Amino acid sequence: MKIHEYQAKGILKKYGVTVPRGEMAESREEAEAAAKNLFGTGATGAVVKAQIHAGGRGKGGGVKIAKSVDEVGEIAARMLGMKLVTHQTGPEGRIVQRLLIEETLPIEKELYLGIVIDRAEARPVFMASASGGVEIEQVAAENPAAILKEYIDPGMGLEAFQARKLAFALGLKPQQINEAVRFMTGLYRAFQETDSSLMEINPFISCTDGRLFALDAKINFDDNAMFRHPDLRELRDFTEEDPLEVEASKHSLNYIKLDGNVGCMVNGAGLAMATMDIIKYAGGMPANFLDVGGGANAEQVTHAFEILLSDKSVKAVLINIFGGILRVDTLATGVVEAAQKTHIQLPIVLRLEGTNVEQGREILQQSGLNFIVAETMKDAAEKVVAAAKS
Amino acid sequence: MTPGKGGTTHEGWPVFNSVQETVDRTGADCSLIFVPPPYAADAIMEAADAEVELIVCITEGIPTLDMVRAWEFLQNRRARLIGPNCPGIISPGHCKIGIMPARIHKQGPVGIVSRSGTLTYEAVYQLTQRNIGQSTAIGIGGDPIIGTHFVDALELFNRDPRTEAVVMIGEIGGNAEETASEYVKIHMKKPVIGFIAGQTAPPGRRMGHAGAIISGGKGTAAEKIKAMEDAGIRVAKSPAVIGETVNAALGVKV
Repeated sequence: MKIHEYQAKGILKKYGVTVPRGEMAESREEAEAAAKNLFGTGATGAVVKAQIHAGGRGKGGGVKIAKSVDEVGEIAARMLGMKLVTHQTGPEGRIVQRLLIEETLPIEKELYLGIVIDRAEARPVFMASASGGVEIEQVAAENPAAILKEYIDPGMGLEAFQARKLAFALGLKPQQINEAVRFMTGLYRAFQETDSSLMEINPFISCTDGRLFALDAKINFDDNAMFRHPDLRELRDFTEEDPLEVEASKHSLNYIKLDGNVGCMVNGAGLAMATMDIIKYAGGMPANFLDVGGGANAEQVTHAFEILLSDKSVKAVLINIFGGILRVDTLATGVVEAAQKTHIQLPIVLRLEGTNVEQGREILQQSGLNFIVAETMKDAAEKVVAAAKS
Repeated sequence: MTPGKGGTTHEGWPVFNSVQETVDRTGADCSLIFVPPPYAADAIMEAADAEVELIVCITEGIPTLDMVRAWEFLQNRRARLIGPNCPGIISPGHCKIGIMPARIHKQGPVGIVSRSGTLTYEAVYQLTQRNIGQSTAIGIGGDPIIGTHFVDALELFNRDPRTEAVVMIGEIGGNAEETASEYVKIHMKKPVIGFIAGQTAPPGRRMGHAGAIISGGKGTAAEKIKAMEDAGIRVAKSPAVIGETVNAALGVKV
């Protein structure tokens, strides 16, 4: 689960991570009020930052500096409602609905801090780099040695000596080290206690007066752990997500909308990806990824079907099920119910195998609905691509 | 075993309150875990603490940081963990510990190791259809942190006299396939056939499995396929030709 920068900063502040003073604004008036506050308490400038769930906002025109309250108001008025396109949003972009109004700071150095789970080491890794302000992937590709790493013992957390090591390696001054240690250990505590899957402070800035700040902050949470964080679940911004994907998540379905016209419904993530791949090999393009999961019931299958069909670009549907825990007869019942309920006109190609496949095929035959039956994955892909084209 | 239900029976089998009690009373050496996600990591640790040798965890959706702790806990213990988020392990004709449909399997010479459950069934099915049996099929799981990796499974298959060739089914995300390819290049004495799911997956999106995500341009199918091919692995480009590719590999043994 992704959250906005202002939300991330709100969380980090509670852990003693220093962030610039600022407020979230949803209107020109709120933006001006926030700016007034900042300018009235010593700020020499204000930054207006568009809040969307994507990086590269600066280059897309989503980060502007203002010198007065009026200027903040003008920028806010222009930015709110604007379609912001960055290299991470795709050409469709995102509509800006919230802004973060922050004080400007006298930046001396832009550094980088990040925490992710290292899969091979099976533990969190704290990363730091003196090359901040640019994308860390670019640094990793061009100069991997510029990224310093400290692996974290899950029973212990980030130790002060590890943070010190990173702080000195970043070139921070001796009088900044204690502050940096407090910053980094706070950041790790936040990572652990919020069940994050990723935290990035890019840039992590050192000011000309020696102070340290998280100038930007990105946090992703582990979806699997959100059951124990009701407060964090509240931070989810549904407007940042595809409405069909939101609907699917309500029914515990894994659905991702894609650009093609062949809808697919599959059980199991690997088989679902392989089904997308084979549709492409057959000359078509998948309209979605949809994994109904191992333990789906008839009702979930019905919901899955409805979601699939509400994508208007879908011209034909491929259902590829290899029953294990999910029995084929359960799936067939759901498909028939959904097909009857939605009065589906589109061609549906079915490829079914596994547990209770005979009962499943019988349910489909007796339904009187017009399904195209396929024997193998290849056969299914060819049939559905042909059906989508006709 | 289910805490609080000790002393009762389930379908005629005795139920115990703890793994230790189960081990003491029955001599069990394997634990198959279906415990819901919030408690699954604890169940893994409890089994390891009771010195169970093999732990197979089917549960999907365990918080990653819980698995980080469980993995750490397993380091100084004898248990091997398979999964989580996997269908388990089967040696057709010998033993099944998991949830895969047994009837599609057939005893034979091909080992299978895979991050995906149903895609493993698909590969098994294609082989059985061609009358090629399987020695053992292991689902290692789709999570970012798992107990048994490709390399561990490949080592076991390399030593297993009943296995003549190995099918390795990977997917986008992480670099386990690349690491395994290095192992194959240097150590593997048997032909390896590969497939990578997610060749058409968009970057930055989690494709169902918690571990299946292309992040920062890393973990793409193209990179993995290249690493596999460089290591001499025969890669089936389409999932429909996994069986065919195995057939060809068995025909020309190395």
